[in-house]
Amino acid sequence: MENVTCTFCGAVCDDLYFDGDEFRTKDFCPLGEAKFSRKKRIEYPTIDGKKVSYEEAVERAAEILHNSKRPLLFGWSSTVNEAIRLGVILAEKVRGIYDQCASVCHAPSVLAMIEEGIASGSLGQIKNRTDLAIFWGCNPVEAHPRHPTRYSVMARGLLTKGRADRKVVVVDVRKTVSALMASHFIQVKPGTDYLVFSAMRALMEGYEDAVPEEVGGVRKEKLIEFVEMIKSAKYITILFGLGIAHTRGHDRNVENVIKLVQLINRYTRCILQPMRGHFNVVGAGEVAAWECGFEWAVDFSRGYPRFAPSEFTGVEALLRKDCDAALIVASDPAAHFPRAAVEQLKRIPVIQIDPFPNMTTLLSKVVIPCAISGIEAEGTAYRMDGVPIRVKKVVESEYWSDEEILEKMLEKVLKLRED
Amino acid sequence: MILVKNGHVIDPVNGINEEMDLFIKNGRISSEFKINEKECEVIDAKGKLVVAGAIDIHAHIAARKINSGRAMRPEEFRRVRQKTGKFRAAVGRTLLTAPAIGYEYVKMGYTTAIEPATPSLYTLHTHEELDSIPIIDKAALPLFGNWHLVFKFIAENDIEKLASFISWVLEKMKGYGVKVVNPGGVEAWMYGSNAHSIDDLVPYYDVSVRDIITGLIKANEMLDLPHSIHIHCNNLGEPGNYETTVDTMKLANGIRNNRRQVLHVTHVQFNAFSGSGWKDMGSGTEEIIKLVNKSDNITIDMGQVIFGHATTMTADGPFQFDLHKLLKNKWINLDVELETGTGVVPLIYRPSSPVHSVMWAIALELGLLVNPDKNVISTDYPNGGPFDRYPYIMTLLLSRKYREKEMERAHKYLQRAANLPSIDIERTLEDIVKMTRSSPARILGMHNKGHLGEGADADVVVYDINPAEFNPDKYREIEKALSSALFTIKGGTVVVKNGKIAGDIWGRTMWVDATLRTTAEIIEPDLEEYFNYYTVNRENYGVEERWMRRAERIEVG
Repeated sequence: MENVTCTFCGAVCDDLYFDGDEFRTKDFCPLGEAKFSRKKRIEYPTIDGKKVSYEEAVERAAEILHNSKRPLLFGWSSTVNEAIRLGVILAEKVRGIYDQCASVCHAPSVLAMIEEGIASGSLGQIKNRTDLAIFWGCNPVEAHPRHPTRYSVMARGLLTKGRADRKVVVVDVRKTVSALMASHFIQVKPGTDYLVFSAMRALMEGYEDAVPEEVGGVRKEKLIEFVEMIKSAKYITILFGLGIAHTRGHDRNVENVIKLVQLINRYTRCILQPMRGHFNVVGAGEVAAWECGFEWAVDFSRGYPRFAPSEFTGVEALLRKDCDAALIVASDPAAHFPRAAVEQLKRIPVIQIDPFPNMTTLLSKVVIPCAISGIEAEGTAYRMDGVPIRVKKVVESEYWSDEEILEKMLEKVLKLRED
Repeated sequence: MILVKNGHVIDPVNGINEEMDLFIKNGRISSEFKINEKECEVIDAKGKLVVAGAIDIHAHIAARKINSGRAMRPEEFRRVRQKTGKFRAAVGRTLLTAPAIGYEYVKMGYTTAIEPATPSLYTLHTHEELDSIPIIDKAALPLFGNWHLVFKFIAENDIEKLASFISWVLEKMKGYGVKVVNPGGVEAWMYGSNAHSIDDLVPYYDVSVRDIITGLIKANEMLDLPHSIHIHCNNLGEPGNYETTVDTMKLANGIRNNRRQVLHVTHVQFNAFSGSGWKDMGSGTEEIIKLVNKSDNITIDMGQVIFGHATTMTADGPFQFDLHKLLKNKWINLDVELETGTGVVPLIYRPSSPVHSVMWAIALELGLLVNPDKNVISTDYPNGGPFDRYPYIMTLLLSRKYREKEMERAHKYLQRAANLPSIDIERTLEDIVKMTRSSPARILGMHNKGHLGEGADADVVVYDINPAEFNPDKYREIEKALSSALFTIKGGTVVVKNGKIAGDIWGRTMWVDATLRTTAEIIEPDLEEYFNYYTVNRENYGVEERWMRRAERIEVG
């Protein structure tokens, strides 16, 4: 099948070939190819390790959620919006906590956005207009392998015709493989991004005297040169990753780069784009925002949504032992949460919905396998720039989709509430 | 079946302003007169006002813009309107969640709302959000005014291709009509600039703003779509901009449509400033009002500002950047490849501000002096303020006493810079019904809405207002009655009782299919070429009906 959409990373490539009968792929990157290959699945629904029917598993899950005082509903970034929406409604109805993978990933970027907003654009703005692309604290060649060819570095656009029309700068603490495709590489000392952004803002506004001879391991002349390069470009895109959001300074780093972008826009045009990870982590935030006002860390225990990232994220709620049950969808917190949080997960009944077995399966009471979004189930996903793209069903499957499972679960919960 | 008995019905379309019964059957207004009351739900509306459901012609209720605003402004969602229970939890101050939008609209008797600006690339998102808004009917207008393919067809002076392109987009996007925002100006913003007059040229394509607007009007009329083009003029929010607005309106000269206007100019208040700078900014409504009243092919909506919190959000990227610089407030910008831009900036309208006070007065001048058949109440939600304050605007128009009271709160600069203090007019209930029901329905080409004749959608509202004893000086009571309908019936289902949500249903999303009138073949090579520049495959671009909750296709041609 042509024009298949890949459901691995935030680049959500939609120009791929996939033969569902033979699991043959064409044009995929290694990451996507791994996802679109035959892998070990969870074979059937289980309760306490015993095989049960879908109906029994869903019923038991609904009972657990209904009887829980404040369940945690976590995950969501690797499923489609239709399922996420039901998840938010389910969290509201069982008066639990809705949280998603961003809380352990790009949450600092979202916090910075709450402070400053963000000047951004769709990825086609890089392809068509950008004559200076800056990758800061990210490594697209390894994390979003087709990003450089499809959108950013080599992409052939309307006004910027290709690599020759585009300068590419990589800023990082070490020379990553992405630095090899850059025309300029700037090495900063770990944890000094904030300082470098501040120095650039000062230089941009003409306060050269205020900038010391070296900032974050970068010579002042080199920074001046960089700022001049920015000022003389027509349309700049800065792409950043966890190298900024998860190093010392966290959201303050992102806030500073947003302020730098605001300033650049007084001289020329510039946009900023976070390199989001999972294919629909943007959807996991957007859907929640329109359903309840907040993107993550939402508590419904009072019957209405409240947002507090220091209190209602999955990790924080587990560390404080606030949750007495958990529903984990399309995610593996047992492998990624801090040990103390995972230990709390082991103490409470956990329901898992996932196509594949993972660490979380091992501690789950109810395990419900599902169809793989983008292979066996369709739906809508948001690319890293928020562009909505339909992911397709290309293989028939006996597995229920996330959407079907959650729909039934919500029905059961509403019925239990009425009784 | 519902029987609304003995209510005082005001229905300007059918010339009704008297006591009568209304019978509702199969979701429509019925003219049957042999009715067995025992089979009906009977609503006694003796001494109450009965009208059609209201229509919001311009409210940013869905799409990437409002949702980015939500993400940026968690401070907006501390106001709890409804806890979860039988219905969904509803929260929000000026930005509301999708459930809250549906509930708050029907509580005030609004049953239809139009999302007026969706970038096509993001329109699947728009429909997902519209599908999450309960009860009301809705539709979305895709943005055309800064689309490269539009520039190309205008540059080639090929209106037929442009018309084909419009119908192709509406079908692809399940859109309702043609929205134009700061034509040419948003494309200029991609180069750090803007368009300031209708003679400005768009970079790279060398077409003028004037050509874009007239081209789009002609193409829209060639297709004879239900709605005319819907324009947000250039120079929004700048002193002296009323001249640009007048110039824009004059472009409709000589183009006619028997059913409706050919140009709808939206949130005119923001485009009706006089003066050369903020120090001498004033009301520039006079010429606009004259022109609209004497033309039969132009309509407007007000764009009232409400004192208090607001979140500005438009596709007008350069304006939002200017506002960010002016207010030093947080700023979202989203440049959309080949199509448009977007921006979001929070704002507080303060009565202590001379400029904000004049803006408040300008919209009321439009509301009081423009013919109600050509004018619609709006706040350009959430730009001018929350839509749940529409009853406040209606009451201001109805009651001079209320206006005077509110003017005392406003900055005294208003007395000098606006004409409002000298306007004595009080709008009648019938005028308000026009400005919220019949006019938006006609302007949008929704013939089953905005009236209560046979076959009309059974969107009916009962207010606790007795038209026979109407006294505009009792403005507090009027505002309260308009804010909280006794009954709202949507498509034949009672959804509000005594100001509280009583029923939860899903409304329709209307879209216009004009593909019978055009052939996509003539634009095929252009589409092929331009999809090389998109980052989404052509086959994956667009929205299918089966992905939507309740799509209603309206075929023209």
